[in-house]
Amino acid sequence: MFQYTMRRLLIAIPTLLIISLVIFLLLEAAPGDPLGEVPLTVPPEVKAKMRTALGLDASWYIRYFLWLKQMFWIEPMHLWDTLFGTHMADDMQRVISFQSRQPVMDIIAQRMPQTLIVVGSAYVIGVLIAVPIGILSAYRQYSWFDNLGTFISMIGFSVPTFFTGVVLIVIFAVKLQWFPMVYDTTLQVTDWASFTKQLKQMVMPVTVLSLFNAAQISRFMRSSMLDNLGQDYVRTARAKGLTERVVVLIHVLRNSLIPVVTVIALGVPSIFGGAIITEQVFKVNGLGQQLILAIHANDLPMVMTLTFIFAVLIVLFNLIADLLYGILDPRIRYD
Amino acid sequence: MTDTTTKIRPPRNQWWDVWDQFKTHRGALVGLTIFVAILGLILIGPLVWHMDPTYVDFRARNKGFSLAHPLGTDQLGRDLLARMMAGGKVSISVGLTAMSLSIFLGAAIGVLAGYFKRLDGHLMRLTDLFLALPLLPLLLLMVTLFRDPLSKGFGPEGGIFLLIVTAIGATSWMQTARIVRGEVLALKEREFVLAARSIGTPAHRLVLRHILPNVMSPIMVSATLGIASAIITESALSFLGLGFPPDFPTWGRLLFDAVDQIQLYPMRVILPGIAISLTVLSVNYIGDGLRDALDPRIRGR
Repeated sequence: MFQYTMRRLLIAIPTLLIISLVIFLLLEAAPGDPLGEVPLTVPPEVKAKMRTALGLDASWYIRYFLWLKQMFWIEPMHLWDTLFGTHMADDMQRVISFQSRQPVMDIIAQRMPQTLIVVGSAYVIGVLIAVPIGILSAYRQYSWFDNLGTFISMIGFSVPTFFTGVVLIVIFAVKLQWFPMVYDTTLQVTDWASFTKQLKQMVMPVTVLSLFNAAQISRFMRSSMLDNLGQDYVRTARAKGLTERVVVLIHVLRNSLIPVVTVIALGVPSIFGGAIITEQVFKVNGLGQQLILAIHANDLPMVMTLTFIFAVLIVLFNLIADLLYGILDPRIRYD
Repeated sequence: MTDTTTKIRPPRNQWWDVWDQFKTHRGALVGLTIFVAILGLILIGPLVWHMDPTYVDFRARNKGFSLAHPLGTDQLGRDLLARMMAGGKVSISVGLTAMSLSIFLGAAIGVLAGYFKRLDGHLMRLTDLFLALPLLPLLLLMVTLFRDPLSKGFGPEGGIFLLIVTAIGATSWMQTARIVRGEVLALKEREFVLAARSIGTPAHRLVLRHILPNVMSPIMVSATLGIASAIITESALSFLGLGFPPDFPTWGRLLFDAVDQIQLYPMRVILPGIAISLTVLSVNYIGDGLRDALDPRIRGR
């Protein structure tokens, strides 16, 4: 197991390096100019100086290695500094956003909580809804509940999240005026009133995302339960005289959760991607919205770093899913 | 003994069996009907409804439902029925073209990796690499960065169409490739392949005549589901403002344009949204029915 983990971690390094190179070259090949927004009245020699200041006159591989160094050497040192109050990286150049002239990592750290709160709670709620629905659908296969569940989950992953979000806005924010239309991130939770306000503005984005997640996970849960319900050990358990409750909720559920847990782990990075759209619909200023702003402004370091973080998430959760599978299922051994 | 002759029916094409099985899936039949109806509206509709989708009529701005404009008009007085039909044509053709590209790539890579052992390792490593790419951010990036040069080269509409179709196709072939590779690996060990090889069939004919027809069913299922996801991706891009130019309607673009005035004219958001959802839902149901119909273990039961 330990060997397998180490091997996978070692494979992850070249994968991530190649991905970062692909993203970098894509940005490089693009014709967009980060100085495109600078007024035409600025003389060319000033523009050339600005270019040098941004580090744009160096050839691409130098800038790529510079980014690698900043990302993997200087940023971790800065993190160390801020955590333990040392001053090792004070005079080193961090990854700086073209747009705001702030370190990219600071902006990401500012925006991370909004995304994590919305996306994280949506995923947890989605899983909590999906698992019981999956169990019941499988246990009462082809009942009205199962048919309804199948239909709703079909709708759940056919209707795009930007449309469900917009429909919710029309119904609950425009017509009924129960919830605010725009997510207010400046809100500080200090007392009960602000807490309910925070809950209220979270209701709609969380509903949209968790419905979408629940639709997929409940299907996996259902088919995994169905696979297990037909097995011999279930008949044995019933023959022993165990109650139906124990058979289904302990014997079958535990075994059915194994593949579902890995699916849940694999889904984590993709919900960050899906959150890009949901954040745009509800105007949550999280990471996804920052990515879109940066793309529009040709903010190369920001786009590069954010996309790379998404890639890291995918590789990391793929690894976690594989390891979980090995830990949970004794039939699978990686040697 | 005498009864056996009556049980033999005249030989017929296996696709009739598939169709018979497909007909028993109620959801798939409803889906097919709705999809054909939407296609009919989009293709035949403009022949009946002669309004130009880009014609600006300032005197008829923001009209509700009426006889002159059955679905109303937008903030520039353009007829929404005509725009919906034009938008549907673009959305569905993007879906179909992107799906064809991704299926072609996926099937080619899957067959190559499954059939030729030398290529397997490299191609599957490539597939894993693509699966680890953050797709939506990369799509956004590709579309923003390359829209200007391509619109200069191929015209604003053709360029963006080419860009979006290529971008979606190039980032969605991985699942198909994996499924096809698995099937080919199993098929390769079967006797009929051995028989074909023993009489000296060259590799390309073996693949085209013997392997490919046998992996048609997973390819068809993933093709159907590919249309749905391509339509969703295109409208998501349009919704983020990174799709087609404004005077070139697609369903996603219509939705995006109407979001700003959602409080005043909610119907303008709902209509294209329903069109997208209905199309995707019907295509998904068709895929579901096809999966059952093409599975010989279920068919004929």
